[in-house]
Parts: sequence; C-alpha cells; structure tokens
Amino acid sequence: MPKLIKNGQIEEDRWTLLKEASGPEVLQAVPGKNFLVPLQFWQRYADEMASYAGEFAVWLDSDERAEEIGDELHSIPVIALNFPVFTDGRSYSNARELRERFGYRGEIRALGDVLRDQIYYLSRCGFDAFAIRYDQDPEACLRAFEDFRDSYQSSIAEPDPLFRRR
Amino acid sequence: MYHYDQYDQQMLTDRVAQFRDQTDRYLAGKLSEQEFLPLRLQNGLYVQRLAPMLRIAVPYGLLSSQQLRKLAFIARHFDKGYGHFTTRQNIQFNWPALEDVPDILAHLAEVEMHAIQTSGNCIRNTTTDQFAGVARDELEDSRPYCEIIRQWSTFHPEFAYLPRKFKIAVCGTRVDQAATQVHDIGVFLVAGPDQAVGFRILAGGGLGRTPVIGQEIFEFVEKRDLLTALEAILRVYNREGRRDNKYKARIKILVRESGLDDFRGKVMAEWARIRGGPQTLTDAEIERCRAYFVDPPYLSLSDEPDALGQALADNFLFASWYQHNVHAHKKPGYASVTVAFKETGVAPGDVTDVQLEVLAQLADEFSFGEVRISHRQNVVLADVEQQRLFDLWQRLSSDALASSNHGLLTDAICCPGGDFCALANAKSIPIAEAIQRKFNDPDELHGIGELSLNISGCMNACGHHHVGNIGVLGVDKKGEEFYQLSLGGSSRNDASLGKILGPAFAQEDIPEVIGKLLAVYRAHRDPGESFLETYRRIGMAPYKEQVYAKAD
Repeated sequence: MPKLIKNGQIEEDRWTLLKEASGPEVLQAVPGKNFLVPLQFWQRYADEMASYAGEFAVWLDSDERAEEIGDELHSIPVIALNFPVFTDGRSYSNARELRERFGYRGEIRALGDVLRDQIYYLSRCGFDAFAIRYDQDPEACLRAFEDFRDSYQSSIAEPDPLFRRR
Repeated sequence: MYHYDQYDQQMLTDRVAQFRDQTDRYLAGKLSEQEFLPLRLQNGLYVQRLAPMLRIAVPYGLLSSQQLRKLAFIARHFDKGYGHFTTRQNIQFNWPALEDVPDILAHLAEVEMHAIQTSGNCIRNTTTDQFAGVARDELEDSRPYCEIIRQWSTFHPEFAYLPRKFKIAVCGTRVDQAATQVHDIGVFLVAGPDQAVGFRILAGGGLGRTPVIGQEIFEFVEKRDLLTALEAILRVYNREGRRDNKYKARIKILVRESGLDDFRGKVMAEWARIRGGPQTLTDAEIERCRAYFVDPPYLSLSDEPDALGQALADNFLFASWYQHNVHAHKKPGYASVTVAFKETGVAPGDVTDVQLEVLAQLADEFSFGEVRISHRQNVVLADVEQQRLFDLWQRLSSDALASSNHGLLTDAICCPGGDFCALANAKSIPIAEAIQRKFNDPDELHGIGELSLNISGCMNACGHHHVGNIGVLGVDKKGEEFYQLSLGGSSRNDASLGKILGPAFAQEDIPEVIGKLLAVYRAHRDPGESFLETYRRIGMAPYKEQVYAKAD
C-alpha cells in the first residue's frame, strides 16, 4: 500500500485509486470501498456512483482543470492532483487555484511521482496530503516540511508575504 | 546595495543545509542522477565536459569588494585560480569538485551570496543596466525593483518546475543596456498617466534557436501591481507552456502559438483574480528596498576638472581609454568606468583570483567599494571622481586591465563554447581570440568604431549572437565545426535580430571574412555612421557580394 502523509503525519490511506482505464464494472467487483476516480470517470458514471455503497473522490491529471469538476467541487472530500513526472510543475498552479480561486477546503493530495524534495513547495501551494512514491522514506519526508523556516512569498498557510511581516 | 536581514540570512543558511543533505544523499546513492539533476541545477551546478561548473548569482550584477575577495578565495581554493563573467551578469567557476559545492555555498553565504536558481527550469537571476542609479538618462533606479523581483522569485513554490528556464530583465534608462526586449519578461520603468512612474511589461522575448523580440502585455501597471502582474504571466506560462518538446518550451513559443491577444486575455483574466491580493506591494516595502540604493556620499565637484584636461592632452593612450571606457555620470565631477575583460589571448569574461582582488582594492579606493558586472562580460566602477581617472587608469595599466577596446570589435561577447560546455556544437573562444589577434592595431580598431561582435558556440545563444551587429554562431556539419555569420543585430532600444549572411565558414576563415565585412562598411559609410547604421542603410547585398565573390 502506498504511504500517505497527511497533516504532517503518516496515515493509513482509506482511498482506493482507480487508474484511467477503469470502467464502472470495477464498482460491482469490489463493493464497499472508497474510490479516488479520474475526472472522466466522475463525469461519465454519475448514476453508477450514486447507486454504490461507498464514497468517491476525484483526481486530476496535470493537464486537467478544477473548473471541469463543476459546482459539486466543494462536496468532494479529496481532490488529488497527479504528477506524471516530478518535473511537471502544472499541479502546483492547479493546487493554488483550487485553494485561492475556488476556495476549496477539502484535502488536496499529491499523487504520482511525489518525492521528498518536492514536499516543501507542494505544501506551500496548498497540498495537505502526499501519496509519496513507494521508494520514499516517510520519516525523511516528514522532515521536508522544515526545509525552510520562512519564505518570501505569499502561501496558502501564510497568505501574507514576508514584506508584510518583516 | 541591498543587505540581508535575519530573514534573508536564515533562508540562505537553510538552503545550504538543504543542498548539503541532497548532495550527501546523491553521493550515497539514495538520490538518482535524474532526481538530483533539477536540485543541483537550481543551485547552479552543471556537469560539464571536463568538470562540474558552478554558476554563482550576482543579483543584477552588483558586487561589493568583500564579495569580490570571497570570489577570489573560491577561485584560488576550489578552482584553478580563475572564474568567468557571464552574459547574465553572473560569475561561474569551471573546475569545482561536486563534493566541495556545499562548502563553497557556505562560504558564499557568509557574504550574502549564493547559486540559487542560476540554472534549471525556474526564474533566473534578474538583470539590469550596469549603469543603474548613475545613468544620466534614467527615469528611476531599476535596482530596488530588481531586488523586489529577486525576493519574490527566490524559492517561489509554484514556479520551481516551469516548462523551461525563465529570465527577467528590468530597464530604467532611455537607452536600454540590458537587452531587456529579448528576455522572457522585460520590465521597463515608464511614466504613466499623471506622470507617476510604473511599469510597461513585455513577455515572450528570447534568444536561443528561435529569437524573438518581446511583445507588450501590460502597457502600464502601477508599482504596487508589479508582482501580481508577473505572477499572472508566470501562472499562465506554467500551466500552458509546452512540455512535450524542450525546444518549444520557452514562453516565446506559447505567445506565438496562442496568439498575442489570446495570451494577453488569459493573463488579464488571471491578473483580475489576484490583483489587489496579498502580493500587492506596499509603499513601505518599496521604500525599504529603495533605501538600500540611495546615493553614496558624493563630494561636491564640477565636471571636467583641469587635471583631467591636462592628462588627456598629455597622454594619447589615456585619452583613447577615456574616449571608450569612461561614461557620463548623473553627478557633476563623477564618471563611470568600464574595465574591459577582453584581453587578447584570454577567453572573454575570464577573470583571475588576483584580478578579482585588484578589482576589490580599486573599488574600495575609487568607487565606494562596489562594482557591477555588465551583460557584455565587463566590469564597471560606477562612481569614480573625474579628477582621479588618470590615477585609476595608471593603476589599471599596471595590472594589465586598461584595455581601451570597450564597445569596439574586440570587446566581443563570447560563451564558453566547445572548450568547456557540453551543449556546444563548436568552439567559440578561439574565434574571439583569432579576431582579437587580427585586429590588434588600436588605430584601426578605433577607426572602425562602435561595433558589437557576439559569438555563440551553439544555437542556445549564450553569446547573444542574434543581437550582435556581427553575430557568429558555431554549427556542426557532419562532425566538423563551421561558423555562420549574421549582420544587423542590436540589443539596444532599436532592438533587431541579425540576418544570416550566407553559407557557413571554416574556423580559420573567420578573421578574413570579418575583414571583408569591415572593408564594405568603410567603403560605404557616411561620416559619423556606425557599422550598424551603414548596414541598415545599404542592406545585406554589398556584404554578401564582397564575401562570397568568386575569385576569377
């Protein structure tokens, strides 16, 4: 099971990830789970999800936008943003948009190629959960939140940039 | 100049510790080559042909004498005794050992220096005019805004993994010395409605394999809106810039492919959402940064003192140096001096540990303890008393730093090229040297007059060949090095991109071809006309004919 860091702790992950290729038949095969589904699944299988005994959350790839989710955004408990490779920086902007433009207050989870050395910046952009890659040391990842004591810019946790505080 | 407070210093200390840990993990095999790559690049560390190369940030080109002495120390202890001034006002070392880099960074941190974001796909060092704060034609000193941009862009969490590198330049003068229009973002200080100073902002300029002049995104933004405007441009670029092909990943391609109106529309929509938000600058912050760049304690002097006139009349060599290397200053009785690092036989921009110490000493004695690096890879002493110019020139002469070729043919811009750089197709330093050797007669050189010669060893264009009056580009043809020439480029306000002359030449033919180009210029020029002006008047044809004419 992939390791999850949430709110600065190592946690059990209660969500089951559905990759892109999955169709609604998977719901019949495994009853009673909580599924993290791709955006397309979310958009296409509303009826199937409604009749399933379990919760749903959504993940977006780095080229997908939160505005495609629509009005239900705020009722979704988790929105995960994917990193196909760690050098793809689009999900940093997507996380900020979720928090700042849409005011989303649920969990924003980093998914995919999520490494220790990205965690500090990710957390400043509004991610509060990290499904770290299988080979990452969770204890080392916890220390990443303390890489820097302060920063110049506005962030989700500290909207005032340093120049308004110094 | 700007001085760190406890916040700036703490961030630097944290950065050194972070990079030490990353290097340790890499050396222990816990971090793969591929995963270490962006981390080391964002600390200025390349792995090159012969050894790693470490690029150290010199924010907007400004250095104190204390920092120069530290760089001399690093050159001596961690390198082979020299460094290299770059076209982005930084300095790089070609021979450090990878495992020494955390220690080098710790030394730099002692003098408020670092290598943060000098490479990698992030926002790079912000550059400006080397005469900022002393130029006569300045609307306002650009350096406080460079510093504000430096702080905003340093460790910006959202923009550390952009599609490609991102360069910002700021210009506060009427004559643009910083090649501002060929940057990813070019910021110009301008007077707006009711004469209040604000910014005009261009985006999508750049050199590289597709050279483009930036296009206007913001006609005028107020000072307080600077960072939100930049952030809006960066956010659109981060999300929409191409990531499938690194040669099409710069913002210039995004602006071109989306169309200016569409791109601008997206930026404006983004800006509308964040304008007035927490990143909006406060008057207090602008004043805090401006306070670091107030005038030094100038004496009350008058222009052209008698002693200077006498020395100019008595000494031809001094007069020649004065004509080319001394620049007007906003303060009566003062001048700015370019110390040219273009000695024949030495790679353009190369500087030894001893020269760095000499510069530090001269800065202390003649220019309030500061120097500036220019994008033409020279060093400027910005605040010299005119009555002491002769004294300074003698001191420079005794240290072989009094070349009077500033702004002339042999003051070439040149990238490290195939001798050092893993990306290069061809060598560039020997081209510069061959030209310097052929045109070594000062009379001839001064007769040719103002001319920019820019040499790049590959189409990444670190030597800015597109905007040289004469540009030289190294190309690889079936494993052999050839050189393509272009004419008519300029990085000033009248920015233009050079046009290719014709088929490429072998290395040994370049000096002779340059000679032919200059012969055409001298045959056609009107009195007082520069190389660029003559070219613009008569066009490419006469040069082409002369160079490619068949001998019969």
